Amino acid sequence: MNGDRPLVAVLDYGIGNLRSAQKALERAGADARLTADAGLIAGAAGVVLPGVGHFGTCMHQLRATGLEQPALDAIESGRPFLGICVGMQMLFEASEEAPGVPGMGVMPGIVRLLPDGIVRPQMQWNRLDVQRPDCPLLAGLTDGAWMYFVHSYAPDTDDCFVAATCDYPTPITAVTERGRLWATQFHPEKSGDAGKRLAQNFLAAVRADQCRR
Amino acid sequence: MKTVRVIPCLDVDDGRVVKGVNFVGLRDAGDPVELAAAYDRQGADEIVFYDITASAHGRDTIIELARHTAEEVFVPFTIGGGIRSVDDARALLRAGADKVSVNSAAVVRPELVREIADEFGSQCVVVSVDAKANDASSGETTSWNVYVKGGREDTGIDALGWVRRVVELGAGEIVLNSMDADGTKAGFDLELTRAVVDAVEIPVVASGGVGTLQHLVDGALIANADAVLAASIFHFGEHTIADAKRALLDAGVAVRPPTA
Repeated sequence: MNGDRPLVAVLDYGIGNLRSAQKALERAGADARLTADAGLIAGAAGVVLPGVGHFGTCMHQLRATGLEQPALDAIESGRPFLGICVGMQMLFEASEEAPGVPGMGVMPGIVRLLPDGIVRPQMQWNRLDVQRPDCPLLAGLTDGAWMYFVHSYAPDTDDCFVAATCDYPTPITAVTERGRLWATQFHPEKSGDAGKRLAQNFLAAVRADQCRR
Repeated sequence: MKTVRVIPCLDVDDGRVVKGVNFVGLRDAGDPVELAAAYDRQGADEIVFYDITASAHGRDTIIELARHTAEEVFVPFTIGGGIRSVDDARALLRAGADKVSVNSAAVVRPELVREIADEFGSQCVVVSVDAKANDASSGETTSWNVYVKGGREDTGIDALGWVRRVVELGAGEIVLNSMDADGTKAGFDLELTRAVVDAVEIPVVASGGVGTLQHLVDGALIANADAVLAASIFHFGEHTIADAKRALLDAGVAVRPPTA
């Protein structure tokens, strides 16, 4: 029984700063491992897919390192899964940032460029407008929590999957939920105490899921 | 909603904060990680480290700083100084830095901006620009040139042309430091900052010259900067990050509320 510090696999597919995500999960109480080991991912109680940079580059790297299938398997199994930033965007069908590059397609919708006439990227703190107060990832964060965003694209998906938005200056998809597949457009690992709470909420979901199995 | 970021900047030499830092409650006022963590607790929106280390082992020291900071600080941080290659950038990003800032190396070889952006994404490429006004005859509009070597050497490159070029190369953010205002404590060069904000679509961080909280407000309201960066007014305990946030909020500038 490893329920004390559940094993959370942070997928390491060779892109920029993944260490912060791992650190944030450790701080929230996980045994968080940066890993590219399919066996370890298959045995993890929860999986995190971080991502920064270009959608096309990240998809390419995810496939080149052989980690797309282990990620899809983890999602299929119903274990808690968290996509962060481009790691959120990769869950969708495609992105305007890389036409012709298929996404993982486990969330319906297309990732679209933020509207013209605003500063792109959105590189700032912004408040969450929570659409689904019952979303377990957002427990204690329903009162306009501030999160750190860095992105020029965001998912355009069915409202029923949108747990929170932010205003920039139109509503931007900030958190999605489909069962235990969650994703955030912002960086919880860079969002101070509010981000810490979100990481703890994810860990709570991982622990609850362990008990169900 | 646009919210303005407040960013303290720390100069670091061989792993230590340059100049005294007069801060209540720090065990070691020369430790950049401890100081950054204190700024994080006060509600700093990001932290910038500028590495001025000249020694041979300097790269290892700054990478170690990135590693420790990533363990203690939970807001984004940027490291600038001495980054001349994709490998330099990779080492810092893998250690936990969120962004790297390039300055003179990009002036010498602009392709560096594209190389880092292609490899890691534009969001982590900050181009730091040192600009100084050219002498203008009466009636002419002001123009600014890009300077290197701490403002001592005029490159002859027009600053507005340069920022547009680095955006095309893939820069994700500009840190704009006025060589005329730097160290004066008389406020940002608002005309320069406004001109750069208007020239590019990416975020612009105003830097250089902050002596009062009103200067931060002016940078946000008059120059329309996306973020305001300052060093000495925070380091010497004159004002906390929370003071700065309150001043901005009182002036009607949206910010993430202060935490302390």
